Amino acid sequence: MNSPDPIIHIHDLRKVYKTGKVAVEALRGVNLDVAKGEFLSIVGPSGSGKSTLFHIVGGLTPPTSGEVIVAGENVSTVGDAGRTELRRKCVSFVFQKFNLLPNLTARDNIRVALYISGKGDSGFTAEFTNILDLLGIAGRLDHKPNEMSGGEQQRVAIARALATAPAILLADEPTGNLDTANSLAVLALLRDLNTRLGQTILMITHNVEAAEYGDRIVHMRDGQIVETV
Amino acid sequence: MTSRLVWENIAHRPLRTLLSVLMIAVPVTLILTLIGLSTGFVDDSRRRQNGVGADILVKPNGASLIGFTNATMPLKMVTMLSGEPHVTQAMGEVVATIGGFDAIMGIDPPAFKRMSGGFDFVSGHDFQAPDDILIDTWWADQNHVRAGGTQSLLSHKWNVAGVVEEGKLGHIFAQMEPLQEIEGGQGKVSQIYLKVDDKANIKDVIEYLRKKYDGFPIVSMEELQSLISADKIPLLSTFLRVIEGIGVVIAFLVVSLSMYMAVLQRTREIGILKSLGATRGFIMTLMLAEAFWLGFGGTVVGVILSYGAAAAIHAAMPASLPVAIVYSWWPIAGGIAMGASLLGALYPAMIAIRLDPIEALAYE
Repeated sequence: MNSPDPIIHIHDLRKVYKTGKVAVEALRGVNLDVAKGEFLSIVGPSGSGKSTLFHIVGGLTPPTSGEVIVAGENVSTVGDAGRTELRRKCVSFVFQKFNLLPNLTARDNIRVALYISGKGDSGFTAEFTNILDLLGIAGRLDHKPNEMSGGEQQRVAIARALATAPAILLADEPTGNLDTANSLAVLALLRDLNTRLGQTILMITHNVEAAEYGDRIVHMRDGQIVETV
Repeated sequence: MTSRLVWENIAHRPLRTLLSVLMIAVPVTLILTLIGLSTGFVDDSRRRQNGVGADILVKPNGASLIGFTNATMPLKMVTMLSGEPHVTQAMGEVVATIGGFDAIMGIDPPAFKRMSGGFDFVSGHDFQAPDDILIDTWWADQNHVRAGGTQSLLSHKWNVAGVVEEGKLGHIFAQMEPLQEIEGGQGKVSQIYLKVDDKANIKDVIEYLRKKYDGFPIVSMEELQSLISADKIPLLSTFLRVIEGIGVVIAFLVVSLSMYMAVLQRTREIGILKSLGATRGFIMTLMLAEAFWLGFGGTVVGVILSYGAAAAIHAAMPASLPVAIVYSWWPIAGGIAMGASLLGALYPAMIAIRLDPIEALAYE
């Protein structure tokens, strides 16, 4: 898909990992544009390169070659500090394992993200409070992760990701650790957030049913995009 | 938010925090106790020497100015020295060590009274019999001895005739002649105190005596006071420096190990912070702030433990080792502990900031 004003633009992206003397080509010339406000699902088997693509778009690792522009930032040319800045300002993550800080309450987990992004952690805006209501965790903010169910933890993780109003929300198998009911609830939430707030979402999943929640589904295999639906 | 994160990290693993704080407290306690010992000993010596009321001290030929000396000087030197120009009084003293840092001071009571103004009695009475001893309040309290009791010292049974105020010459006093007999040093003294007619003449008198009594250590009491300090006693000052060094190394290793463990334990959390966009500076600040508070906690606990160590020394060796609480060393010991803590946290912090966020997030 060639969007006229893509928020993510990827051209001939390659990534090679070196394990000892062995070079593993994880991405082999990926081309992809994601429009602002789009909900894109990326599916593929293990080793297809979807996680590597996710990590590069999120600024967690640099590409080996190719062009990657995320929210106007050329990720392929910036260094570690530049990628940190990208994570701080433009993208947010939702992980399969929730990745909440275990020592902190849900509220403080969200506040940490706000503090790091430089947006101030003194209080939540009315808009964000509405999001908390939408996520159904407004009453669970003073609980620590070990006092919450998996579904609740993932909602807190989504709230933390949205708190900084990122240009792009990157979700890596967000339902991988949830039961069916919670999985459906989280997917419906992501769909709702995309529809109501116009939040750009890039979701990785191996679950084809989950991928159906996206506007578009990209299939990957052996480090390449093989099909776009 | 930074302080909140640091505090939660410290509070989340109480056992690790407690062990780190206690380990950092060890060198702090060690330093403060040794400084307290040296200072207490020095202050006690100074106070007692000052209480003699003398101007000049003469010790036996070849003897050290610091420390106890056996009775090797002939008593007739007291008479000789009392006849020297500007010397108004000479007083001989026999020192008989009884183990540890304690000694019985054998004195000529009338001469001692003339030079020092005499004892201030708290209870009991002055010497009446050859086996009488006087003890000062400090020694009496430490050993739970009262006037009218007996003490077995130098294989001899003594009657405690009286308890006197502390601060003059020693803690235990006997008459010179009986002590000379017990020590087998009849007609000999350990050191001689001199009083001169005018303080302004002290320097000239010392110069004159040094020429006349070549080889005898002769020193003004003022100079002796300045010599009795931890810095001026070569072995003691070296010992203290070594202990300080050990303290730094212990605190450094403890914090380094503790923070390294913390980095390992928190690898995933560091990965989470990195995924949120935490900068290297932010993560470094977290690690160093945690080390700072561990060092601070160790300092506070170390200071508290130094009181316990002082009490333990008093209980184990009563009347032997006066331990002072030296407040001025609290910030120094704290500085050493906290400096070493920060230094020890640097390497683990460097590891933390260099962690690959993807590997860190995958860490189980």
